[in-house]
Amino acid sequence: MAVPSHMEFFIDQNRCIGCQSCAQACGECDTHKGHPMIHLEYVDRAHSTQTTPVVCMHCDQPTCAEVCPADAIKRTGDGVVQTARKPRCIACNNCVLACPFGVPKMKTEFRLMMKCDMCYDRTSAGKKPMCATVCPSGALFFGTREQVEQLRPRSTPVNQFRFGNQVITTKVKMMAPKVARAEYVDVTAAMEEQDIGKSIFLNILSVVEEE
Amino acid sequence: MSPDREQITIPPDGRPPAEQPKWRQDFPIDWPQDHYVARRDFTKFLVLTSFAFVVGQFWIVAQNFIRRRRRRPPIKQIAKLNELQIGQSLVFAYPEERNKCLLVRTGENKFVAFGQECTHLACAVVPEPEKKRFLCPCHNGSFDLETGKPLAGPPRRPLPRILLEIRDGSLYATGVEARVV
Repeated sequence: MAVPSHMEFFIDQNRCIGCQSCAQACGECDTHKGHPMIHLEYVDRAHSTQTTPVVCMHCDQPTCAEVCPADAIKRTGDGVVQTARKPRCIACNNCVLACPFGVPKMKTEFRLMMKCDMCYDRTSAGKKPMCATVCPSGALFFGTREQVEQLRPRSTPVNQFRFGNQVITTKVKMMAPKVARAEYVDVTAAMEEQDIGKSIFLNILSVVEEE
Repeated sequence: MSPDREQITIPPDGRPPAEQPKWRQDFPIDWPQDHYVARRDFTKFLVLTSFAFVVGQFWIVAQNFIRRRRRRPPIKQIAKLNELQIGQSLVFAYPEERNKCLLVRTGENKFVAFGQECTHLACAVVPEPEKKRFLCPCHNGSFDLETGKPLAGPPRRPLPRILLEIRDGSLYATGVEARVV
Protein backbone atom coordinates (compact mmCIF):
# COMPACT_ATOMS: atom_id res chain seq x y z
CA MET A 1 0.00 0.00 0.00
CA ALA A 2 1.15 3.50 -0.72
CA VAL A 3 -0.01 7.05 -0.29
CA PRO A 4 -2.15 7.89 -3.36
CA SER A 5 -0.40 10.42 -5.58
CA HIS A 6 -3.41 12.73 -5.95
CA MET A 7 -3.56 13.29 -2.18
CA GLU A 8 -1.12 16.00 -1.19
CA PHE A 9 -0.13 17.78 1.99
CA PHE A 10 -0.43 21.58 2.07
CA ILE A 11 0.83 23.80 4.87
CA ASP A 12 -0.62 27.29 5.15
CA GLN A 13 1.81 28.81 7.63
CA ASN A 14 -0.03 32.08 8.28
CA ARG A 15 -3.23 30.30 9.28
CA CYS A 16 -1.53 28.64 12.26
CA ILE A 17 -3.01 29.86 15.55
CA GLY A 18 -0.55 28.04 17.81
CA CYS A 19 -3.16 25.82 19.50
CA GLN A 20 -0.85 22.76 19.60
CA SER A 21 -3.75 20.49 18.55
CA CYS A 22 -1.56 18.91 15.89
CA ALA A 23 1.20 18.12 18.38
CA GLN A 24 -1.30 16.62 20.81
CA ALA A 25 -2.98 14.53 18.12
CA CYS A 26 0.40 13.37 16.80
CA GLY A 27 1.46 12.29 20.28
CA GLU A 28 -1.70 10.21 20.61
CA CYS A 29 -0.64 7.86 17.85
CA ASP A 30 0.12 4.33 18.98
CA THR A 31 3.27 4.03 16.89
CA HIS A 32 5.01 6.78 18.92
CA LYS A 33 2.78 7.40 21.91
CA GLY A 34 3.66 10.50 23.89
CA HIS A 35 6.24 11.71 21.38
CA PRO A 36 4.77 14.17 18.88
CA MET A 37 6.65 14.23 15.59
CA ILE A 38 5.24 17.63 14.65
CA HIS A 39 6.21 20.82 16.44
CA LEU A 40 5.30 24.48 16.29
CA GLU A 41 8.04 26.96 15.58
CA TYR A 42 7.85 30.58 16.73
CA VAL A 43 8.60 32.89 13.82
CA ASP A 44 9.88 35.79 15.90
CA ARG A 45 9.28 35.03 19.54
CA ALA A 46 10.36 38.45 20.81
CA HIS A 47 7.80 40.39 18.81
CA SER A 48 5.02 38.05 17.79
CA THR A 49 3.02 35.03 18.87
CA GLN A 50 2.87 33.74 15.30
CA THR A 51 3.73 30.08 15.07
CA THR A 52 4.25 27.76 12.15
CA PRO A 53 3.75 24.00 12.16
CA VAL A 54 6.78 21.96 11.13
CA VAL A 55 6.16 18.57 9.56
CA CYS A 56 8.54 16.57 7.40
CA MET A 57 8.60 18.10 3.93
CA HIS A 58 9.58 14.75 2.31
CA CYS A 59 12.31 16.14 0.06
CA ASP A 60 13.06 14.75 -3.38
CA GLN A 61 16.71 14.61 -2.31
CA PRO A 62 16.42 13.91 1.42
CA THR A 63 19.42 15.53 3.09
CA CYS A 64 18.85 13.41 6.20
CA ALA A 65 19.24 10.24 4.14
CA GLU A 66 22.23 11.66 2.25
CA VAL A 67 24.16 12.22 5.47
CA CYS A 68 23.11 9.00 7.20
CA PRO A 69 26.30 6.93 7.74
CA ALA A 70 24.31 3.82 8.72
CA ASP A 71 22.07 3.66 5.62
CA ALA A 72 19.06 3.80 7.92
CA ILE A 73 16.80 6.46 6.40
CA LYS A 74 14.78 5.26 3.44
CA ARG A 75 12.24 6.77 1.10
CA THR A 76 9.31 4.67 -0.07
CA GLY A 77 8.12 4.62 -3.67
CA ASP A 78 5.38 7.18 -2.98
CA GLY A 79 8.01 9.72 -1.89
CA VAL A 80 7.55 9.50 1.88
CA VAL A 81 10.79 9.63 3.89
CA GLN A 82 10.39 7.14 6.72
CA THR A 83 11.64 7.05 10.28
CA ALA A 84 15.13 5.54 10.59
CA ARG A 85 15.19 1.75 10.42
CA LYS A 86 15.62 0.58 14.00
CA PRO A 87 18.16 -2.21 13.30
CA ARG A 88 20.40 0.23 11.43
CA CYS A 89 20.09 3.56 13.24
CA ILE A 90 23.14 4.28 15.39
CA ALA A 91 21.68 7.43 16.98
CA CYS A 92 24.52 9.58 15.63
CA ASN A 93 22.39 12.73 15.21
CA ASN A 94 23.76 13.48 11.71
CA CYS A 95 20.26 13.75 10.26
CA VAL A 96 19.09 15.99 13.08
CA LEU A 97 21.93 18.41 12.34
CA ALA A 98 21.64 18.18 8.57
CA CYS A 99 17.90 18.56 7.97
CA PRO A 100 17.30 22.12 6.77
CA PHE A 101 13.78 22.12 8.21
CA GLY A 102 14.71 20.72 11.63
CA VAL A 103 12.38 17.74 11.40
CA PRO A 104 14.19 14.58 12.62
CA LYS A 105 14.00 14.03 16.36
CA MET A 106 16.56 11.99 18.24
CA LYS A 107 14.88 9.79 20.80
CA THR A 108 17.84 8.94 23.00
CA GLU A 109 15.73 6.62 25.18
CA PHE A 110 15.11 4.41 22.12
CA ARG A 111 18.51 5.18 20.52
CA LEU A 112 16.54 5.94 17.36
CA MET A 113 15.87 8.88 15.10
CA MET A 114 12.14 9.34 14.72
CA LYS A 115 10.51 11.72 12.34
CA CYS A 116 7.19 12.67 10.83
CA ASP A 117 6.32 10.05 8.20
CA MET A 118 3.06 11.71 7.16
CA CYS A 119 1.26 9.15 9.36
CA TYR A 120 2.20 6.42 6.93
CA ASP A 121 -0.09 3.90 8.62
CA ARG A 122 -3.04 6.24 8.02
CA THR A 123 -2.26 7.88 4.69
CA SER A 124 -1.34 4.60 3.01
CA ALA A 125 -4.79 3.32 4.02
CA GLY A 126 -6.55 6.31 2.51
CA LYS A 127 -6.92 8.38 5.66
CA LYS A 128 -5.62 11.85 6.47
CA PRO A 129 -2.61 12.38 8.73
CA MET A 130 -3.51 12.99 12.39
CA CYS A 131 -2.40 16.64 12.38
CA ALA A 132 -4.42 17.52 9.27
CA THR A 133 -7.58 15.96 10.70
CA VAL A 134 -7.47 18.01 13.90
CA CYS A 135 -6.11 21.37 12.71
CA PRO A 136 -8.98 23.81 13.47
CA SER A 137 -7.72 26.68 11.29
CA GLY A 138 -6.77 24.76 8.18
CA ALA A 139 -3.07 25.49 8.48
CA LEU A 140 -2.45 21.81 7.81
CA PHE A 141 -4.45 20.43 4.92
CA PHE A 142 -4.37 17.02 3.29
CA GLY A 143 -6.34 16.57 0.10
CA THR A 144 -6.33 17.09 -3.62
CA ARG A 145 -4.96 20.12 -5.40
CA GLU A 146 -8.43 21.07 -6.66
CA GLN A 147 -9.72 21.16 -3.10
CA VAL A 148 -6.94 23.44 -1.91
CA GLU A 149 -7.35 25.76 -4.90
CA GLN A 150 -11.00 26.12 -4.02
CA LEU A 151 -10.26 26.70 -0.33
CA ARG A 152 -7.37 29.17 -0.84
CA PRO A 153 -8.11 31.07 -4.05
CA ARG A 154 -5.50 33.76 -3.31
CA SER A 155 -2.66 31.35 -2.55
CA THR A 156 -0.58 29.05 -4.64
CA PRO A 157 1.36 25.99 -3.48
CA VAL A 158 5.14 26.28 -3.54
CA ASN A 159 7.40 23.28 -3.04
CA GLN A 160 10.86 24.69 -3.69
CA PHE A 161 13.03 26.05 -0.94
CA ARG A 162 16.43 27.64 -1.16
CA PHE A 163 19.00 27.27 1.58
CA GLY A 164 22.10 29.09 0.36
CA ASN A 165 23.28 27.09 -2.65
CA GLN A 166 20.97 24.16 -1.97
CA VAL A 167 17.57 24.19 -3.65
CA ILE A 168 15.21 21.62 -2.19
CA THR A 169 12.10 20.29 -3.91
CA THR A 170 9.64 18.74 -1.53
CA LYS A 171 6.58 16.51 -1.65
CA VAL A 172 4.78 18.60 0.98
CA LYS A 173 3.70 21.98 -0.34
CA MET A 174 3.56 25.35 1.34
CA MET A 175 0.89 27.93 0.49
CA ALA A 176 2.32 31.25 -0.68
CA PRO A 177 0.39 34.36 -1.81
CA LYS A 178 -0.31 34.40 -5.54
CA VAL A 179 0.73 38.06 -5.91
CA ALA A 180 4.31 37.34 -4.78
CA ARG A 181 4.88 34.79 -7.60
CA ALA A 182 7.69 33.11 -5.73
CA GLU A 183 9.59 30.40 -7.60
CA TYR A 184 10.98 29.20 -4.31
CA VAL A 185 11.13 30.22 -0.69
CA ASP A 186 14.57 31.67 0.02
CA VAL A 187 14.93 30.62 3.63
CA THR A 188 18.47 31.71 4.40
CA ALA A 189 18.02 35.11 2.76
CA ALA A 190 14.96 35.69 4.90
CA MET A 191 17.00 34.88 7.97
CA GLU A 192 19.50 37.66 7.24
CA GLU A 193 16.80 40.19 6.46
CA GLN A 194 17.07 43.38 8.50
CA ASP A 195 13.85 44.15 10.31
CA ILE A 196 14.23 47.92 10.20
CA GLY A 197 11.09 48.90 12.04
CA LYS A 198 11.98 46.85 15.07
CA SER A 199 15.67 47.60 15.56
CA ILE A 200 16.59 49.48 18.71
CA PHE A 201 19.68 51.64 18.96
CA LEU A 202 21.15 51.83 22.42
CA ASN A 203 22.96 55.19 22.38
CA ILE A 204 22.82 55.78 26.09
CA LEU A 205 26.54 55.15 26.46
CA SER A 206 27.42 57.91 24.01
CA VAL A 207 25.17 60.31 25.87
CA VAL A 208 27.10 59.63 29.06
CA GLU A 209 30.39 60.32 27.30
CA GLU A 210 29.17 63.69 26.03
CA GLU A 211 28.34 64.80 29.50
CA MET B 1 10.06 -5.27 -12.27
CA SER B 2 13.39 -3.64 -12.86
CA PRO B 3 14.94 -2.10 -9.76
CA ASP B 4 15.66 1.15 -11.61
CA ARG B 5 12.03 1.83 -12.32
CA GLU B 6 11.21 2.83 -8.77
CA GLN B 7 14.26 5.03 -8.33
CA ILE B 8 12.77 8.42 -7.62
CA THR B 9 15.45 10.01 -5.46
CA ILE B 10 17.66 12.29 -7.51
CA PRO B 11 21.25 12.61 -6.23
CA PRO B 12 22.21 16.17 -5.17
CA ASP B 13 24.41 16.79 -8.22
CA GLY B 14 21.50 15.87 -10.50
CA ARG B 15 23.53 13.63 -12.82
CA PRO B 16 21.99 10.38 -14.14
CA PRO B 17 22.37 7.17 -12.09
CA ALA B 18 24.97 5.76 -14.52
CA GLU B 19 27.38 8.59 -13.73
CA GLN B 20 27.00 8.25 -9.98
CA PRO B 21 29.69 6.66 -7.78
CA LYS B 22 29.22 2.98 -7.02
CA TRP B 23 28.35 3.49 -3.36
CA ARG B 24 25.10 5.14 -4.39
CA GLN B 25 23.96 1.84 -5.91
CA ASP B 26 25.13 -0.04 -2.83
CA PHE B 27 23.38 2.27 -0.38
CA PRO B 28 20.26 3.50 -2.16
CA ILE B 29 17.92 5.91 -0.42
CA ASP B 30 14.84 4.46 -2.10
CA TRP B 31 13.11 1.70 -0.18
CA PRO B 32 12.44 -0.65 -3.15
CA GLN B 33 16.13 -0.69 -4.17
CA ASP B 34 17.20 -1.15 -0.58
CA HIS B 35 14.99 -4.23 -0.32
CA TYR B 36 16.01 -5.59 -3.71
CA VAL B 37 17.86 -8.90 -3.39
CA ALA B 38 19.84 -9.81 -6.47
CA ARG B 39 19.92 -13.45 -7.60
CA ARG B 40 23.66 -13.47 -6.95
CA ASP B 41 23.18 -12.29 -3.34
CA PHE B 42 20.56 -14.95 -2.72
CA THR B 43 22.81 -17.69 -4.13
CA LYS B 44 25.68 -16.43 -2.00
CA PHE B 45 23.46 -16.65 1.08
CA LEU B 46 22.38 -20.21 0.22
CA VAL B 47 25.93 -21.43 -0.40
CA LEU B 48 27.37 -19.87 2.74
CA THR B 49 24.53 -21.14 4.94
CA SER B 50 24.84 -24.70 3.69
CA PHE B 51 28.62 -24.49 4.12
CA ALA B 52 28.05 -23.49 7.73
CA PHE B 53 25.80 -26.53 8.20
CA VAL B 54 28.49 -28.83 6.76
CA VAL B 55 31.08 -27.36 9.13
CA GLY B 56 28.63 -27.92 11.98
CA GLN B 57 28.31 -31.62 11.12
CA PHE B 58 32.08 -32.06 11.19
CA TRP B 59 32.16 -30.22 14.50
CA ILE B 60 29.66 -32.69 16.00
CA VAL B 61 31.72 -35.64 14.72
CA ALA B 62 34.88 -34.16 16.24
CA GLN B 63 33.12 -33.59 19.57
CA ASN B 64 31.93 -37.20 19.61
CA PHE B 65 35.46 -38.41 18.90
CA ILE B 66 36.87 -36.35 21.75
CA ARG B 67 34.18 -37.63 24.15
CA ARG B 68 35.02 -41.27 23.31
CA ARG B 69 38.71 -40.66 23.96
CA ARG B 70 38.02 -39.18 27.39
CA ARG B 71 39.03 -41.46 30.22
CA ARG B 72 36.42 -42.93 32.52
CA PRO B 73 36.06 -40.93 35.72
CA PRO B 74 37.91 -42.38 38.73
CA ILE B 75 36.18 -44.45 41.37
CA LYS B 76 35.83 -42.36 44.51
CA GLN B 77 34.66 -43.15 48.00
CA ILE B 78 31.95 -40.73 49.05
CA ALA B 79 30.43 -41.97 52.31
CA LYS B 80 30.10 -44.80 54.80
CA LEU B 81 26.81 -46.69 54.70
CA ASN B 82 25.88 -45.87 58.28
CA GLU B 83 26.77 -42.20 57.85
CA LEU B 84 23.33 -41.29 56.50
CA GLN B 85 19.88 -41.88 58.00
CA ILE B 86 16.97 -42.66 55.68
CA GLY B 87 15.86 -39.39 54.07
CA GLN B 88 19.16 -37.64 54.74
CA SER B 89 21.33 -36.28 52.00
CA LEU B 90 24.95 -35.37 51.45
CA VAL B 91 26.74 -33.08 49.00
CA PHE B 92 29.89 -34.39 47.41
CA ALA B 93 32.09 -33.49 44.45
CA TYR B 94 32.39 -35.91 41.53
CA PRO B 95 34.19 -36.37 39.15
CA GLU B 96 35.84 -32.93 39.44
CA GLU B 97 35.93 -30.62 42.43
CA ARG B 98 33.59 -28.19 40.64
CA ASN B 99 30.88 -30.81 39.89
CA LYS B 100 28.76 -30.86 43.02
CA CYS B 101 26.46 -33.85 43.44
CA LEU B 102 23.77 -34.93 45.87
CA LEU B 103 23.57 -38.31 47.58
CA VAL B 104 20.21 -39.24 49.12
CA ARG B 105 19.37 -42.32 51.15
CA THR B 106 15.83 -43.24 50.11
CA GLY B 107 15.51 -46.64 51.80
CA GLU B 108 17.31 -49.17 53.98
CA ASN B 109 19.56 -50.26 51.13
CA LYS B 110 18.61 -47.69 48.52
CA PHE B 111 20.84 -44.79 47.65
CA VAL B 112 20.51 -42.37 44.74
CA ALA B 113 22.96 -39.71 43.58
CA PHE B 114 22.52 -36.97 41.00
CA GLY B 115 24.43 -33.95 39.81
CA GLN B 116 23.26 -30.88 41.67
CA GLU B 117 23.07 -28.52 38.69
CA CYS B 118 19.53 -27.91 37.50
CA THR B 119 19.33 -28.71 33.78
CA HIS B 120 17.46 -25.48 33.13
CA LEU B 121 19.91 -22.75 34.15
CA ALA B 122 22.35 -24.59 36.43
CA CYS B 123 21.07 -23.45 39.82
CA ALA B 124 21.77 -25.88 42.66
CA VAL B 125 18.79 -28.15 43.36
CA VAL B 126 17.64 -28.88 46.92
CA PRO B 127 16.50 -32.38 47.96
CA GLU B 128 13.01 -32.62 49.46
CA PRO B 129 12.72 -36.33 50.41
CA GLU B 130 9.34 -35.88 52.15
CA LYS B 131 7.88 -34.67 48.85
CA LYS B 132 9.93 -37.18 46.83
CA ARG B 133 11.55 -34.52 44.68
CA PHE B 134 14.49 -32.22 44.11
CA LEU B 135 13.43 -28.60 44.01
CA CYS B 136 15.21 -25.91 42.07
CA PRO B 137 14.33 -22.69 43.91
CA CYS B 138 15.31 -20.41 41.01
CA HIS B 139 12.32 -21.13 38.78
CA ASN B 140 10.37 -23.71 40.80
CA GLY B 141 11.59 -26.62 38.71
CA SER B 142 11.36 -30.05 40.31
CA PHE B 143 12.86 -33.47 39.60
CA ASP B 144 11.83 -36.92 40.73
CA LEU B 145 13.84 -38.12 43.73
CA GLU B 146 14.19 -41.71 42.46
CA THR B 147 14.93 -41.17 38.77
CA GLY B 148 16.03 -37.52 38.50
CA LYS B 149 13.50 -36.92 35.72
CA PRO B 150 11.86 -33.50 35.46
CA LEU B 151 8.41 -33.28 37.04
CA ALA B 152 7.43 -29.64 36.79
CA GLY B 153 8.74 -26.22 35.90
CA PRO B 154 11.07 -25.13 33.12
CA PRO B 155 13.64 -27.99 33.08
CA ARG B 156 13.15 -30.53 30.27
CA ARG B 157 16.13 -32.84 30.74
CA PRO B 158 16.80 -35.12 33.73
CA LEU B 159 19.63 -34.57 36.19
CA PRO B 160 22.82 -36.54 35.39
CA ARG B 161 22.85 -39.72 37.42
CA ILE B 162 25.93 -40.74 39.42
CA LEU B 163 26.51 -44.50 39.31
CA LEU B 164 26.96 -45.91 42.79
CA GLU B 165 28.47 -49.09 44.15
CA ILE B 166 28.47 -50.49 47.66
CA ARG B 167 31.72 -52.18 48.75
CA ASP B 168 32.57 -53.22 52.31
CA GLY B 169 30.07 -50.88 53.96
CA SER B 170 31.17 -47.87 51.91
CA LEU B 171 29.58 -46.03 49.00
CA TYR B 172 31.65 -45.45 45.89
CA ALA B 173 30.86 -43.26 42.87
CA THR B 174 31.91 -45.11 39.74
CA GLY B 175 30.69 -42.99 36.85
CA VAL B 176 28.39 -40.30 35.51
CA GLU B 177 25.44 -41.17 33.31
CA ALA B 178 24.54 -38.01 31.37
CA ARG B 179 21.04 -38.44 29.95
CA VAL B 180 19.02 -36.50 27.44
CA VAL B 181 15.55 -37.88 28.16
